[in-house]
Amino acid sequence: MEIFKGDKQFQIKVGLAEMLKGGVIMDVTNAEQAKIAEDAGAVAVMALERIPADIRAHGGVARMSNPKVIREIMDTVSIPVMAKCRIGHFAEAQVLEALGVDFIDESEVLTPADERYHVDKWKFKAPFVCGCRELGEALRRIAEGAAMIRTKGEAGTGNIIEAVRHMRTVISEMKRVRTLAEEELIITAKEMGVPVDLLVFIRKKGKLPVPNFAAGGIATPADASLMMQLGAESVFVGSGIFKSEDPAERAGAIVTAVTHYDNPDIVAKASEKLREAMPGLEISQIPEGQLIQGRGW
Amino acid sequence: MARTVGVLGLQGDFARHLAALRRIHCPSRLVRRPEDLKTCDALILPGGESTTFMNLMERTGLAEAVPEFARNHFLFGTCAGLIVLATEIEGGCRFRPLGLIDLAVRRNAYGRQVDSFSERIRIPLFPENPAFEAVFIRAPKIVRLGGSTEPLGFHRDEVVLARNANVLAAAFHPELTRDSRIHDYFVRQLIG
Repeated sequence: MEIFKGDKQFQIKVGLAEMLKGGVIMDVTNAEQAKIAEDAGAVAVMALERIPADIRAHGGVARMSNPKVIREIMDTVSIPVMAKCRIGHFAEAQVLEALGVDFIDESEVLTPADERYHVDKWKFKAPFVCGCRELGEALRRIAEGAAMIRTKGEAGTGNIIEAVRHMRTVISEMKRVRTLAEEELIITAKEMGVPVDLLVFIRKKGKLPVPNFAAGGIATPADASLMMQLGAESVFVGSGIFKSEDPAERAGAIVTAVTHYDNPDIVAKASEKLREAMPGLEISQIPEGQLIQGRGW
Repeated sequence: MARTVGVLGLQGDFARHLAALRRIHCPSRLVRRPEDLKTCDALILPGGESTTFMNLMERTGLAEAVPEFARNHFLFGTCAGLIVLATEIEGGCRFRPLGLIDLAVRRNAYGRQVDSFSERIRIPLFPENPAFEAVFIRAPKIVRLGGSTEPLGFHRDEVVLARNANVLAAAFHPELTRDSRIHDYFVRQLIG
């Protein structure tokens, strides 16, 4: 974390992200689901009003959850509680911080509130996680103060292809930055729309200065193992759990698959007893304007 | 012969402990299954989520293997690791802690993430410079210290680093800063 070395507050935010590594963060809409997630071994829960598959199905404006429900979830589980605010909606973020939420997800899954600016995350004591599809987007969010990055995937589809695309894109762009000559840095930073300091960091270390998790479309233990092997440090599972026929068993199996992601025998064993996964959605069947991943800039 | 320190790698910031051990040139390996302990001379339980740790330790058989290992090896737990090693969790928990160091803990005792902090603590073990920058993240507090447990580090008046015979436990995260003196103490003084 050399570039933010003097910033204790930022180190404490990234510190919590470090504690969540190698784990599964599960979307929940009420205290009962949160308890199921905690019992299954989740490292954190994400409180939201409707899971992404339902937001996709029912449309309308998706907003921050009701504070009462968030509070009930916080009172029910001892693991960290995350919650989503709309992109650019700093007042929702203030409410979440006031509630004592442990991590705020400035999320494209909710309807954006600002078509130009994201939240200035440096102003908050609570850490933020933000989505990205490519390296430039990740570095802009980090420049705004995000303490954790997650690749976006396409939420609510149960289809892993977009998550894979985004993770591969970020990783291969970081490899490219590593090969840049010194004189190429300024113009590359200009083209990517990112601060030069962050590009210098990537060139030196070959990794993001904050943990990099995966989200959007993970539905099975093998999906989770795939994302971990591609370079994710933890996974977010949204609709995949509570849209399946056996949430508790599936949640537990995905946790096992993340812990032992590089051991196919264990992933196989964890998958054996599961029933049907959530029904998936083919990306090409989604009308252009309804893709969630395009939100955020 | 250099001793190999295992780091419990079920979940959490185990990579930070591996990096700390590399900085002091100590061989290390990840422990995810009971058989991984066979090639270890000591074990570190990292920071992370204690409920998740205990859940996964039960599922993998490490909940039996680690106490067995502790009969003749050194252990070091930080934050969630301390909770797992404790004898008692105040307010109870679905899982029983391993009871390998005689102390009681209160989880998230300082509050939630917005109450996390980094402050200097005092460790008299290091007489030349007892000040140590300690990061506390949703940290536990030691609320009772058993008779055989020795207090080694203090935040204000509270004990945040303690040891009984072969188990060292910290309520904070020495692996998150670049000061490796506690890891060095564990490897060079305790394991020897």
